[in-house]
Amino acid sequence: MIEIKDLNKVFEGRGGSHHALRDVNLTIEDGDIFGIIGQSGAGKSTLVRCINLLERPTSGSIVIDGKDITDYQGRDLLDLRAGIGMIFQHFSLFQQRTVLQNVMFPLELRKEPKAKREARARELLEAVGMAGYEERYPSELSGGQQQRVAIARALANDPKIMLCDEATSALDTRTTVAILNLLKEINEKLGVTMVVITHSLAVAQKICNRVAVIDYGEVVEEGRTVEVFANPQSSVTRELIEHDTLSAVVDVKKEAE
Amino acid sequence: MEFLASFFDQYGMLLLDGTVDTLVMTVLSTLFAYVIGVPVGVLLVVTSPNGLRPHKALNTVLGWIVNIGRSIPFIILLVAIIPFTRLVVGTSLGVPGAIVPLVVTAAPFVARMVEQSLEEVDGGLVEAAQSFGASTWQIVSKVYLRESLPSLIRGVSITFVTLFGYSAMAGTVGAGGLGDIAIRYGYQRYQTDVMIAAVILCVVLVQVFQTAGDVLARKIDKRR
Ligand SMILES: Nc1ncnc2c1ncn2[C@@H]1O[C@H](COP(=O)(O)OP(=O)(O)OP(=O)(O)O)[C@@H](O)[C@H]1O
Ligand SMILES: [Mg+2]
Repeated sequence: MIEIKDLNKVFEGRGGSHHALRDVNLTIEDGDIFGIIGQSGAGKSTLVRCINLLERPTSGSIVIDGKDITDYQGRDLLDLRAGIGMIFQHFSLFQQRTVLQNVMFPLELRKEPKAKREARARELLEAVGMAGYEERYPSELSGGQQQRVAIARALANDPKIMLCDEATSALDTRTTVAILNLLKEINEKLGVTMVVITHSLAVAQKICNRVAVIDYGEVVEEGRTVEVFANPQSSVTRELIEHDTLSAVVDVKKEAE
Repeated sequence: MEFLASFFDQYGMLLLDGTVDTLVMTVLSTLFAYVIGVPVGVLLVVTSPNGLRPHKALNTVLGWIVNIGRSIPFIILLVAIIPFTRLVVGTSLGVPGAIVPLVVTAAPFVARMVEQSLEEVDGGLVEAAQSFGASTWQIVSKVYLRESLPSLIRGVSITFVTLFGYSAMAGTVGAGGLGDIAIRYGYQRYQTDVMIAAVILCVVLVQVFQTAGDVLARKIDKRR
């Protein structure tokens, strides 16, 4: 369980300070696929990056499985991060490493014996449908294939939590669906808790059991996905829904042309 | 043909010695310049304001030292640091006497090139590594240095070729080498043929090393 309590994040920049997160309170249960939606710049990435402390909260706390991790430093911090998988919008695969070496990377960091990490990496590539691509380089793969490899890499340390920052935003519709199905499968089979950032309501609707809507750094709505979408309480959520239907219409038009 | 045969009879050994001296000077000074330049370049990146371990004071001071090192013309440095050169290698003459000033002038240059290569590494990769719990040192060795390897190799060939040229100037401290031969025979004794032979050798060697560097860099680069 991830408990986010009274979280604030203020960025101090040259042009003054920017309050990116304001008094965020959220509880993400084990096994959830928790959606975080909101407009660009709302603070979604900042919030998720606070969970593995890529971003240090300005105040408030993050408690994972009863342990307050907010002030973790040194070895504890690295171990915490190792136990949380993460995937990114642009895949972030190491360009000079083969697919196999990419998946072995997190294990290499923990100094696992070579034979063991290779066996594990092959097993993971098989699981994400990328067996046979071990010796390829990322530049030789499609976006969807790269994201599969990134997912395998994120699973290398058997994480209990996986953070997905716009993991399907760079992919076409069909590939998006395939990746979402894979994430769902991982959630169901391995019981990995997922925190999924998206600005697409379709994505949230497809895989998230709960969602939080954030706007200007504040959680404006939170609840079961079906309920939030069927009965939106905030104007932001309504706006997002409107926008999404709009873009769906545009998509249909585009395809018809 | 006969001319060539007698020419090589007379000057072959001289040119061979010169080539060996030039290569020894260039290879060793490139090597030592990297031994110093890589850690400094890495430190510049790691301690920069957006780096893994920002450290304003250290970053600023290192930047100053590097800039000062780069702003002193080689020919002046060559003479100015003679006492230092004597201290390090015991003499300011010959090949060892040339290597010290070559390293001093190249190390800051290498540091900046390494810095630039590392800065080209996609920040998203550094962040991905951090998200898997990589330590600063692991990010430096397994992400920064590894991902920028093709670019670093291109830097090595640039440094090599630059030092190759500088080593000719080091001839003025009696370092020997092809540049020294070209000056002594061509300029001071009006033996144009020897000068031309030395210059051709320089051109060929530079081409060979530059091409080898380019080919190697391209071969190991797995990006599109
Ligand atoms: N390192 C930083 N320094 C200063 N401001 C930042 C920094 N990172 C993010 N911000 C600001 O914080 C706000 C929230 O950014 P964040 O990246 O979390 O938004 P987001 O919801 O993920 O947006 P997007 O959908 O475009 O990815 C933005 O206004 C952004 O400019
Ligand atoms: Mg974002």
